Amino acid sequence: MFVRSQMLLAAGAVAVIGALAPAPAQAQDAVKIGLILPMTGGQASTGKQIDNAVKLYMQQNGDTVAGRKIEIILKDDAAIPDNTKRLAQELIVNDKVNFIAGFGVTPAALAAAPLATQAKIPEIVMAAGTSIITERSPYIVRTSFTLAQSSTIIADWAVKNGIKKVATLTSDYAPGNDALNFFKQNFTAGGGQIVEEVKVPLANPDFAPFLQRMKDAKPDAMFVFVPAGQGGNFMKQYAERGLDKSGIKVIGPGDVMDDDLLDGMGDAALGTVTAHLYSAAHPSAKNKEFVASYKKAFGSRPGFMAVSGYDGMHLIYEALKKTGGKTDGDALIEAMKGMKWESPRGPVSIDPETRDIVQNIYIRKVEKVNGELYNVEFQTFEAVKDSGKTKK
Amino acid sequence: MTAQADVGRYARQHARWHWSEIAFWVLALCCAFLFPSRFLIMSDIVRLALFALSLDLILGYAGIVSLGHAAFFGVGAYCAGLLALHGIVTEPVVALVMAGLAAMVVGFLTSFLVIRGVDLTRLMVTLGIALLLEALAERFSNITGGTDGLQGIEMAPILGLFAFDMFGKVGFFYSLAVLFALFLLARRIVHSPFGLSLRAIKNNPLRAAAVGVPVNRRLIAVYTLAAFYAGIAGALFTQTTALASLDVFAFERSADLMLVLVIGGSGYLYGGLIGAVVFRMLQEFFSNLTPQYWQFWIGLVLVVIVLVGRARMHRWALWAPNLIIGLLSGRKAIVAVPESDAS
Repeated sequence: MFVRSQMLLAAGAVAVIGALAPAPAQAQDAVKIGLILPMTGGQASTGKQIDNAVKLYMQQNGDTVAGRKIEIILKDDAAIPDNTKRLAQELIVNDKVNFIAGFGVTPAALAAAPLATQAKIPEIVMAAGTSIITERSPYIVRTSFTLAQSSTIIADWAVKNGIKKVATLTSDYAPGNDALNFFKQNFTAGGGQIVEEVKVPLANPDFAPFLQRMKDAKPDAMFVFVPAGQGGNFMKQYAERGLDKSGIKVIGPGDVMDDDLLDGMGDAALGTVTAHLYSAAHPSAKNKEFVASYKKAFGSRPGFMAVSGYDGMHLIYEALKKTGGKTDGDALIEAMKGMKWESPRGPVSIDPETRDIVQNIYIRKVEKVNGELYNVEFQTFEAVKDSGKTKK
Repeated sequence: MTAQADVGRYARQHARWHWSEIAFWVLALCCAFLFPSRFLIMSDIVRLALFALSLDLILGYAGIVSLGHAAFFGVGAYCAGLLALHGIVTEPVVALVMAGLAAMVVGFLTSFLVIRGVDLTRLMVTLGIALLLEALAERFSNITGGTDGLQGIEMAPILGLFAFDMFGKVGFFYSLAVLFALFLLARRIVHSPFGLSLRAIKNNPLRAAAVGVPVNRRLIAVYTLAAFYAGIAGALFTQTTALASLDVFAFERSADLMLVLVIGGSGYLYGGLIGAVVFRMLQEFFSNLTPQYWQFWIGLVLVVIVLVGRARMHRWALWAPNLIIGLLSGRKAIVAVPESDAS
């Protein structure tokens, strides 16, 4: 008996001291960015895209800004909020980061919010898309999007284009509910009718039984929101159930037609109309260059998550230039407010009131370009603010 | 001497505290001062250790395999979360006990399903119960908050004195205190005649029944007790992180727990505790090294651990300590092998 306890003592001591010892301090003059992303688990594609885009931005723009070196510390939170919180805290306290960035899902962004407030460190949200996020801390700035931006616009488009009856299929979590509510609000106000409303579990997306109900409801179109990464699976089952031949078209925010997966979806996706912030087919010189270099570096097409990460890095770089390399949190946030720039997605700016992104929303249709599927933009709504907040 | 006195003497002998056990707990407490910036991960380890202790009670002592232990963890977590969110019971310690009792009730009710059948059936039944509860939590998302989880949980100060701080200091001491208290209880239980009868059941249920051990009643009792422990672990999770979402019921949580016991060894109380430390440290180490592919390395290490065998690794790890002890005391050092491996 007692021999065992000696053994456990030794084993415990070795393990604890070996792994808990803090990492040696780094050079003082580097600006550190703690990048917290889901690199494993169901949301891993989001994390991968953002990580790639951040690397790309640093390749193109160098790793020194205003005389200070930029250092990225990447952490995997697997999109689980208690991990996010722990990692954010450790990055702030132990690694002394000057920014925290990333945040694949809304609960993760929210979990880190109080830490950003307390430590007075800018939290750059590069993915999560629920309206409320930027209200949770005065140090949060977002470079991705909100679901309200695209959902209201696709609703207006649907009303104008003779779509009367819509069935909805949305992922059952905060962004999905945002998408649904904003769509419903504008669509029913315009005289449209929701004939069927289905919420799909986020974690276990088997769409088949829900699609059958969609088919039976015989709507003019179905409004779909699934997070980045699940679109491919959705379209596969959409085609398997024969909905592409039943004349029920898919409309929605562009998440379901993520450029990342679009080309693999097959012809069932043709003709899908979505409203979104970014398409890899966006016809600007800036974007052509972005897509080409992303493809060259990582062998795949960038999606809207990649663009959000790319712009997040741009925001950090520009803010540092403005403060002359000073990393005081309040000064950085002031520098970011109202900042305007030309992104691969088009012109964007940071709303000085809400610290949320203001951007063009495009209505796009899936078409074949040079044998590959692309979201081809055909209508632009300029400088769209987050209506989730402007309504209040 | 009567048989009863024999059992008593045996139990007392084995229940004696060894100096290294005391040192273990002192060391755990010292961690708070050695690593003042790592309270969150240390709280996480303490919670996992308590959760592993719970599984060890049924797996290591009574031989009930379970792949659904997260069910009780989840019940405890949501119970504590809802109690705090709606201001029903604001004092954390009282809420903790209530959450544990809620999990205990669920444990008691489901134990009747679990005692039927043998290992494989039990794996399936426990897994099923956890999945069932997860689906229920998802279905009633108006109560549980679904995938987004309960939002806006605020914890009142412990006993009205110690407020939870952002960097997890109070949370760590609170968790450690709870772990220690429950560990003492578990230690008392496994060294009691009740604990011995569980071991008898684990080794051979038929023979245990033949000598008069009421097998089913004992299994129900220990399963219910383990559910209580897991519920407390879940409640601690919610209270110290102010979060509770569907992943408290996740299958990965139950599976990770098995791994913890594989690493640490089952059938002795410190197994879960050490396993939790090693498992989390490995995770931390590899995910810092490679945020994208750390799961691969964890998998590899686990395979190696199982292939090499814990006993042999312990012997290597203890080569130096044994040598020192051997030199100091002037006698040949004893090579340690856990009882469960030796038998």
